[in-house]
Amino acid sequence: MKLAILHELNAERAARRPVILVTDTENGEQRLVKAKDFAKDPLRAELDKQLRMGKSGNVEAGGKKLFLNVYAPTAKLVIVGAVHISQALAPLARSLGYDVTVVDPRTAFASPERFPDIPLVAEWPDTALPPLNVDAYTAFVAVTHDPKIDDPALLHAFERNCFYIGALGSRKTHAKRGDRLRAQGAKESDIARIHAPIGLAIGAVSPSEIAVSIMAEITAVLRLPPKEKEEAA
Amino acid sequence: MLDRDEDILKAAEDWQKAGRGVALATVVETWGSAPRPAGSSLVINDEGTFLGSVSGGCVEGAVVTEAMDVIQSGKPRMLEFGVADETAWNVGLSCGGTIRVFVEKVG
Repeated sequence: MKLAILHELNAERAARRPVILVTDTENGEQRLVKAKDFAKDPLRAELDKQLRMGKSGNVEAGGKKLFLNVYAPTAKLVIVGAVHISQALAPLARSLGYDVTVVDPRTAFASPERFPDIPLVAEWPDTALPPLNVDAYTAFVAVTHDPKIDDPALLHAFERNCFYIGALGSRKTHAKRGDRLRAQGAKESDIARIHAPIGLAIGAVSPSEIAVSIMAEITAVLRLPPKEKEEAA
Repeated sequence: MLDRDEDILKAAEDWQKAGRGVALATVVETWGSAPRPAGSSLVINDEGTFLGSVSGGCVEGAVVTEAMDVIQSGKPRMLEFGVADETAWNVGLSCGGTIRVFVEKVG
């Protein structure tokens, strides 16, 4: 591997931008493809698929045997609201490999007793969220039921282009939320990105079941190709 | 979940910049119950120091030896290992499996 390629690979990884290293395993020739350049790459279908699955693998193209090594950032989950559902959601998400942070300005909720071993930020979203580096490899859920907390958090998630944005609440609650966010300058396309009611419709009742439905939905958004994703949602 | 080999590639870069000969070994294909998935890597320097894992311990010794040759010659090579049931059992790994490992020089 050329030092320039290694240097660029490390820089992209440090910046949490996904890349795929393409190696011709016959002669060792290599090139690095950044996710933003996938669309114009001759291997775009293969690159898209491998990145979506987060899996490295081999393809044959143009008579060449190529190894696609996927370097994708660790996905994060930001949970706004240290509520009962979050107590089930945080450890479940962690077991699925997510870096989890819980944000809630209400210290009675965001207590280490309620969230052992989970990073907690007991601040309002405006203070808590900017240092968390919320990005396109972040799933973001707002579950406080309190517009004063959920709304600014969702505006931040739109701005950072999170791959998944979900918010707790019935359709009626969500319609009101849409009106409030619009009044604060949110675009229609942003509001349409919110998964609400949150989670796959599996008839979840208990907080743990709701946590499963949320993580199932996040997994579907992360892993399924766009068309199947629509069908699942 | 998706990220791995965090410090390994950084170490490869640092070692190379410090003037060491460095090789990178990467699992490119697995069959059966191979202990480490494709994309797992091991970085080796010319002092024989290595970081990471391609098999969880089974074949690292052999890979390091081959890597020394690759650092010398600069020519990449493909290695194939069958992780024998008995060997795997002895070191506490999942048994069976075959892996192909691509070894290349860095720099």
